[in-house]
Parts: sequence; structure tokens; C-alpha cells
Amino acid sequence: MNHREAILADVRRGLGRNGEPPPSPPAARIVRPQVPRAARVESMLQKVIALAGTAVHLRTGEEARRFVAALTGGQSAIASNALVLREYGITTLPGVRSGVTEEAELRGLCATASFGISSADYALSDTGSLVMLASPAEARLISLLPPVHIAVVPVDRLLSGLDELFTLLPLPAEQTSSMVFITGPSRTADIEQILVRGVHGPGEVHVVIVGE
Amino acid sequence: MSARFDQKISETLADPRLQLAIYTATGRLMSHRKAVVSEDALPEYQELRTQASAIKRHTIENLDWYLEEFERNVIAHGGHVHWCRTATDVADVVLGIAKQRGARLIVKSKSMTTEEVDLNERLSHHGLESVETDLGEYILQLMHQTPYHIVAPALHLTRQDVAKVFEDSLGVPHDIVIENQTLTARGVLREKFLNADIGISGANFLIADSGAVTIVENEGNARLSTSAPQVHIAIAGIEKLIPRAQDLATFLKLLARSATGQPLSVYTSFLSGPRKPGEVDGPTEFHVVLLDGGRTKLLADAEKRESLHCIRCGACLNHCPVYRKIGGHSFPWVYSGPIGAIITPQFHGLDSEPALPFASTLCGACAEVCPVKIDIPKILLELRAEVRDVEKQNADGQLERAAFRAFAYLAVRPKLWSRVLAFGRRLPVWPLGPAGAWFSERELPVPAARSFRELWKERQGR
Ligand code: SF4
Repeated sequence: MNHREAILADVRRGLGRNGEPPPSPPAARIVRPQVPRAARVESMLQKVIALAGTAVHLRTGEEARRFVAALTGGQSAIASNALVLREYGITTLPGVRSGVTEEAELRGLCATASFGISSADYALSDTGSLVMLASPAEARLISLLPPVHIAVVPVDRLLSGLDELFTLLPLPAEQTSSMVFITGPSRTADIEQILVRGVHGPGEVHVVIVGE
Repeated sequence: MSARFDQKISETLADPRLQLAIYTATGRLMSHRKAVVSEDALPEYQELRTQASAIKRHTIENLDWYLEEFERNVIAHGGHVHWCRTATDVADVVLGIAKQRGARLIVKSKSMTTEEVDLNERLSHHGLESVETDLGEYILQLMHQTPYHIVAPALHLTRQDVAKVFEDSLGVPHDIVIENQTLTARGVLREKFLNADIGISGANFLIADSGAVTIVENEGNARLSTSAPQVHIAIAGIEKLIPRAQDLATFLKLLARSATGQPLSVYTSFLSGPRKPGEVDGPTEFHVVLLDGGRTKLLADAEKRESLHCIRCGACLNHCPVYRKIGGHSFPWVYSGPIGAIITPQFHGLDSEPALPFASTLCGACAEVCPVKIDIPKILLELRAEVRDVEKQNADGQLERAAFRAFAYLAVRPKLWSRVLAFGRRLPVWPLGPAGAWFSERELPVPAARSFRELWKERQGR
């Protein structure tokens, strides 16, 4: 008997089960509060700032482009292939590389760039989290290797929180191999409980919410 | 109480610096937690606990079903599942994958399960470099120490300790500024991430309906370990299952709050397979190692089965008046505090440290803060009863040993033997005394009227 069969047999014997289907599990607890858009924006801004990130709400893509340009100041940046970044003209800012589809090149750029610029598929306004689904448009390393992460998020992607996310995406694995929630800058308190930011991931996170 | 347990406790109590470190760290974690589970901050807190407890109970009671569902879904998304009985099996799986890929360097993110199986040691025996990447775990690896706390592994160390080990192991100048120490580790580990062939992670949850592993962390080292190398291996105990992705809406609200007082940890990763076509980065191979390692044995005990509901938040350690005095390294295994006190004897046997279930005031703080409502004091009481039973049996066992010694003595002394037997045959009833219990389960042959030896003598004399 291999380990799989032996372990399953032991589990069944221990539980007194014969492999029959279980009774249905307690219903998932999903509570969707109705939060108006303005309140979601307000909460997102507050939470990100409380986490020591920065957050702004801008009306147009053009404003977002100018804001990002001011942040990067022409320094090296790697931008994801997200559609909105191109739409807003962020991918053609000075110093910004985008449209990379080759892994080695992407790694090299992410390891050396001063900024990583991405969008986010959703944001959770009650915790100030960005929801990143890996895809050809969003590589993982862009929000991870550069010391500063800038996320440009259209306002209609702001959700109230986890419950709304899991209502929209009951089975995330059907869409992506990797879903990551980013809640503020990378941090540690491993030495004497002293908080230090930017230990492995970005030490700075800027969230730019775009649209009325 | 074992001498080791006794000595470790005395050492910890006698070290004022250590006492202060434990007390401050756990105190801080307690107040952080309190702020985010209060009625104002999270009115649904108790409801979430009830739900989490019910889901864990349901999953564990039907674990075989969810394990198989999980496996099917991992495979459907292009991943591999490996079932392991023991620590050696886990090392063998990793070594097999490493060999196939010609891998030399492994980056590891924090995982109590891999501590359980002492994976780094085993891999290094086979010439593989396996580097811990969580800052605290990295420091501990350099110091050859085990985690002091399941959430805050280096809780007992000072910046001076770190300065010294970095100076000795990495050859950097002595520096006691924590920010600089963190930057040093970032630099060293960044190189490792970018050159590693394999990333190993643990899992906070295994999601049956998605074939996904969920990993919660603050530093980004787990994300890097699972994004940069071409191969990701997640290692988890079989009890980590939950049925649905939607259940995370319950568990994620409890885990980070109970552990560190954060509404969500900085990074929560939900990983369900190798990269999909068109993705520019991410692992091309995805493996999940499911470890039994004593869990199936524990599962068979309906009374104490709920020990497997634990989501390793560490809250029970922080709130335990005993842990706060005796610290993490006094405990005999990698799991310390109240959860360690209940699972260590169940995984390793009561005699691993018979005093362990008694190292508690039964104040109930652990059960009160446990996000999945494990009744730790009840389990401690049951374990105490078991320890007493074993002690009693051992006392009886001493008589048994005495009886066998007497038998052995007689068996090699034929003259004495026959005299005793001759005497026994004349007795109408054998006075068994305390040995009666021993014989109650065994057939005692009725002595023949005359022994073989007597009959033999008679024949020869004829
Ligand atoms: S027993 Fe409960 S409180 Fe203790 S670590 Fe496990 S889940 Fe947390």
C-alpha cells in the first residue's frame, strides 16, 4: 500500500468513515455590507495611510499620469502590462519600461528598477488591501522586487472587503494561479519587536485611485 | 518531570533579560490583538469564532473527503500532490524533485511543519543549501536554534545577539542598529531568492475546492520564495484543510488579528498551481506535500481530535501565564505554550515529557482567545488523567517485572525449580495475590500430578 492509500485508510478508520460524502458543511459566512462608493474611497485612503503607505484619489487618467511622473521623477521604473496603465499614458513616461513578456528580462528589470508600477484587479477598502491576480497583464515580481510599489486602481474596482471579493470570485483558482492581497508596505518586527519596513518586499506603497 | 524540562525552566526564570523580553513581546502582542477584536473594532468577532470552529470541526470530521477533493483540484490545475508518513518521506520528496531539476539552492519561508521534520538538516546532509528567509528564522538558522514562538520565532534575541551572529557568520561590521541589520539580511537574501532553484513554503490553509494553498506573512519572503524560483513546494500537515475559498472570508479575519493584531497580514497569497500560459513569471512546477507525521493517530481519538483545529496563531502562547514565565525553549518540541502542551504528548507519546500537561494553571485564558475555540484546558485535563494511568500501570509493571525475574531465577536452577513445582502441585488454589490481574487475561495451565522429570526418573529407575 502506498502512503496515500495508507494515510487515507488511517484517516477513515480513525473517523469511522467509509468514504461516503460528508453532510454539507456549515454555509460559508459571507456578509456583504452595502458601502457607497464615496465611503469606500474614503476608507481605502485612510487605511492605506494608516499602514504608512500613501494614497490619493484623482479624477482622471491624465491626473494619474502626472502624479506618477512626479513620484518617479524620470528614475527607472518597470510597469506591468495592465491596460489602464497604457490608457493613462503611464507606460510611456520617461524612465518607465513596459510590455515585457520575457521572464529573464523582467527579473532583471524588477531587480534593478527604483519603482514597480502595476494596477490591481480589486482593492479591499475596509483593510486598505490591493488584490493582485497574476496574469499576462500583471507579473508577480513587479509589486515585489522594486523598493517602491505604485498601484494605479480605477475607482470601480474598490470593493467593501473580503466578503464582496469572495462573492465575485468564489473560485479564484479558475481565473489565476496566484491571488495576492497586499496590505501596506513589507514589514517585520522580528528583532526586539521593533517595526522595520521594506524587509523583503517594497518599503513604500503608493495607491492611486482613479475616476469619479 | 524530566531533568531537561526542569533545567530549562530554571535557566529561563533565572535570566532577567529573557524574562523581560518574553514578557514585553507577549504583552505587546496581547494588546495589539485586543485592539482589533474589541466590540467596536470587530462586532462580529464571536460569530466569526463560532463559524471558524464549526468549519474546522466539519472538515476534520470528514478529512478523507476533503483531502481527496483537494488533491483532485491541485492535479486539475497542473500541480502535484505527495503524501508523506514521516519526516524522512518529506525529505525524500524534496530530494527527488531537487535531483530531477539539478537543484542546489533552496529558499524557504517560515513553516512550523518543516521545523517539525527538521527539513534543513536533512537537506544539508545531501549537499543542498536550504536558506530560511523570514528574518527571524534566518537569524535562528545562523545561530542553530529553533523558534522560540510559533509567530515571533526570534522573540528571545536582542539586537546585540543579532549584531554578533551577523558579524561572525556574514563577516559584516558589528552593527546594533536594527534597520541596518534588516538591510543586511535583505541584501544577502535577495541574492538567494534570485538564484534559488526551488522555493519551499508552508501553508496556513489548504483549500479543498480550489486545490490552493494560502500563506500569510508580513515580510514578502514567502511571496518571493513562491514567485522567483521555477519550482514551488508547499509542505503542510493534513489538518490544514478547509472546504472552500469562501471560508477564507471567515478565517482570514481571525488569523492575523489573533496573531499580531493586524486586520490582514501584509501579504496573503492564494496559490493554486504553476503559472498559466502567457504569464511572464511564477513557478513552472507546483507541488504540495501532505504530511501525516502522527496526525492520523491523533485523529482516531475523538475526545482530543479538536487539537487538530489549530490555525497556529500563537494567541494562546501570548496569553498563557506559564509560557510568559518559562518561554519557548523549555518546551520539548518545536510547538510551545498551551498548543504545544496538548499536541506534543499526542504526537510523541506521554513519556516525551510527562510533566507537560501539568505545566498549566488551567486559568482558561488560552481557550478564551483561541480563534477556533479549542478547549485546551479540557484536553490538558484528559492528558493529565492519561499520565496518571500510565504511572499506575508502570507501578503494576514493576510487580510484573519482579515476577518475571523470579521465574528466570528458578528456571536456571533445576533443583529449586522442581521443589517449588512440587510444592505448587500440592496446593489446592494458587495464591496469586497482586499477580491475579496479570493472570486474569491469561490461561494458567493446570499442573500435572507428576512432572516430566519425575516420570523420567521413574522410567530410568525401572
Ligand atoms: S490553539 Fe488556538 S490560540 Fe493556540 S495557536 Fe492554535 S488556534 Fe491559536
